[in-house]
Amino acid sequence: MTKSIQVFDPAMCCSSGVCGTEVDQQLVSFSADTDWAKKNGAQIERFNLAQQPMDFANNKVVRDFLERSGQDALPLILVDGELALAGRYPNRTELARWAGIALILEATPTSGCCSGGKCC
Amino acid sequence: MKFLDQPPRFLFFTGKGGVGKTSIACATAIQLAANGKHVLLVSTDPASNVGQVFGISIGNTVTHVPAVPNLSALEIDPQAAAQVYRDRIVGPVRGILPDDVVRGIEEQLSGACTTEIAAFDEFTSLLVDSPLTADYDHIVFDTAPTGHTIRLLQLPGAWSGFLEEGKGDASCLGPLAGLEKQREQYKAAVEALADDKRTRLILVARAQQSTLREVARTHEELAGIGLKQQHLVINGILPKIEAETDSLAAAIYKREQAALNAIPEVLKSLPQDQVALKAFDLVGLDALRQLLIDTPYKALGNSDSSVELDKPSLSQLVDSIAVDGHGLVMTMGKGGVGKTTIAAAVAVELAHRGLPVHLTTSDPAAHLSDTLNGTLDNLTVSRIDPHEETERYRQHVLETKGATLDAHGRALLEEDLRSPCTEEIAVFQAFSRIIREAGKKFVVMDTAPTGHTLLLLDATGAYHREVARQMDKANLHFTTPMMQLQDPKQTKILIVTLAEKTPVLEAANLQSDLQRAGIKPWAWVVNNSIAATKSTSALLHQRALNELVEINSVAKQYSKRYAVVPMLKDEPVGVKRLMELAGN
Repeated sequence: MTKSIQVFDPAMCCSSGVCGTEVDQQLVSFSADTDWAKKNGAQIERFNLAQQPMDFANNKVVRDFLERSGQDALPLILVDGELALAGRYPNRTELARWAGIALILEATPTSGCCSGGKCC
Repeated sequence: MKFLDQPPRFLFFTGKGGVGKTSIACATAIQLAANGKHVLLVSTDPASNVGQVFGISIGNTVTHVPAVPNLSALEIDPQAAAQVYRDRIVGPVRGILPDDVVRGIEEQLSGACTTEIAAFDEFTSLLVDSPLTADYDHIVFDTAPTGHTIRLLQLPGAWSGFLEEGKGDASCLGPLAGLEKQREQYKAAVEALADDKRTRLILVARAQQSTLREVARTHEELAGIGLKQQHLVINGILPKIEAETDSLAAAIYKREQAALNAIPEVLKSLPQDQVALKAFDLVGLDALRQLLIDTPYKALGNSDSSVELDKPSLSQLVDSIAVDGHGLVMTMGKGGVGKTTIAAAVAVELAHRGLPVHLTTSDPAAHLSDTLNGTLDNLTVSRIDPHEETERYRQHVLETKGATLDAHGRALLEEDLRSPCTEEIAVFQAFSRIIREAGKKFVVMDTAPTGHTLLLLDATGAYHREVARQMDKANLHFTTPMMQLQDPKQTKILIVTLAEKTPVLEAANLQSDLQRAGIKPWAWVVNNSIAATKSTSALLHQRALNELVEINSVAKQYSKRYAVVPMLKDEPVGVKRLMELAGN
């Protein structure tokens, strides 16, 4: 049984990040990694706070997280409904582990995390 | 009028605020109804006086107009439509998610895109076959969707990716996801728009160079997506005979005729109608019946009374700006109200007082910056080309974000990058490089981001980081750009408008948008005022009287601090004329 990965994005005009003053490299990389993982059979869903707030409200884990840490702490990633990661987007290795995809020597993961984001 | 010849079922009037779209649409509906046709008039004008014109209240249900047989009308308020949409999304999570989260979502849904898409959603049902519209021979709209909206709806990627699944990569179409209608209905509406047997688009302009240029762009954009049947109406042209009695009227006549002679090439092939400036106010049935009829014009000659206007001049406003010795001054307003001219006049006034000024402009004509550069001590001028900046930004996004997308996804991203927000962000980014100089001297710029954009940028933090990095480099005391813009000591925003009803309302909307972001505009500037001239032409006198109503409402309702700038005989180019404009 494939694990289901749910990504709860902060409120964004568009998930491409086009509307920011600079294109957020994290979002670009994460979109690419998501595509890659989906092609390898992973089940990934994304929810945008600005457009699907009901999905945030209906999920107790997400709702409690927002209550406790606020929206600045997003994104939040759930794997089979359980909290797996918060505050940054996962890289390709993490996605692969959750989805059970065997990484066959992918020498260079595409998502560098030091592109000016919150994670380093 | 050529645009009334064998009209198809749908008539759309488009043009910028204040050119007279609603009046012409009303007059058209009245005339078609008088010919025995069953007509539905649809107004989306926020300043809509359609109800007032017919002496009834209309609102958002189809209402029969008793005074005009065969005519019904409907008013769509785009702001209200957007509010209904926001409530539908946000309502269910209010009280469940934290308050600041709910506020954040509301802000995301408060942009121009949401309003535009919500309004389009309202009138799609009128464009497809339905019992609601079956009885009407003609449906007349006083507005038209933008090319950006129509193109988005035409893209297959927009539907397959987002709307049908309701999740995935959102785009400018995001707001549509929460709307009720089905894909088939949007598709049918877009097809009706692009069908020249069913739809005629009437571009409404004034005889002004900048307005005609803008209309030419709209024409090419809409023709490019299949709206081929277009007409051009040039409204409010000053009659020649009026020019013989008054020097200002003569100058306006000359300028308008020059603009008409130099009409952009792409507009020349369109069937064209001209509507003369009327002395009467376009309120009431009789006035509207006469609007499209070419009655022989009787010169009104000179008026015996002149309008007494004792209002603050721009120069007086600059006195208060100058006190601080440095700071950021931004002019803001809809296209065509004269933001660039007012910014230049403020810069010249400051420089003339011996203060160091950097004027930076996005003036597309460039002649203003060219004529000013190097002519005055203390004044430096730089220019940012909005198209160049936007193109650079677009390329950058496509190279990074676009690299991994398939053809459909890429087409959608390209269209998102043609949204008005993109240009605003790209241009402001370029300007923000110059803002840091405002700690030492005056920086005057003829653009500013809207409150909505500022809130979004502030929320993402990207803008904050960007400017923080620049501030660090310049070794300045650290403040966030939001703090800088919110502090009237550091930033003064001048809202520029014209003394006409729709432009004043549009300016008021800009103001409340900024206030949402905690920014209080410092003053208003009413540009191009005839009331502020000493014209004796009776026709212009009538218009000056109408202006007084608007100027007083600016002073009473919108801003205690304001200035009125007269219409000049010559284009306000060069130091001397700019100082004349400021009231010297």
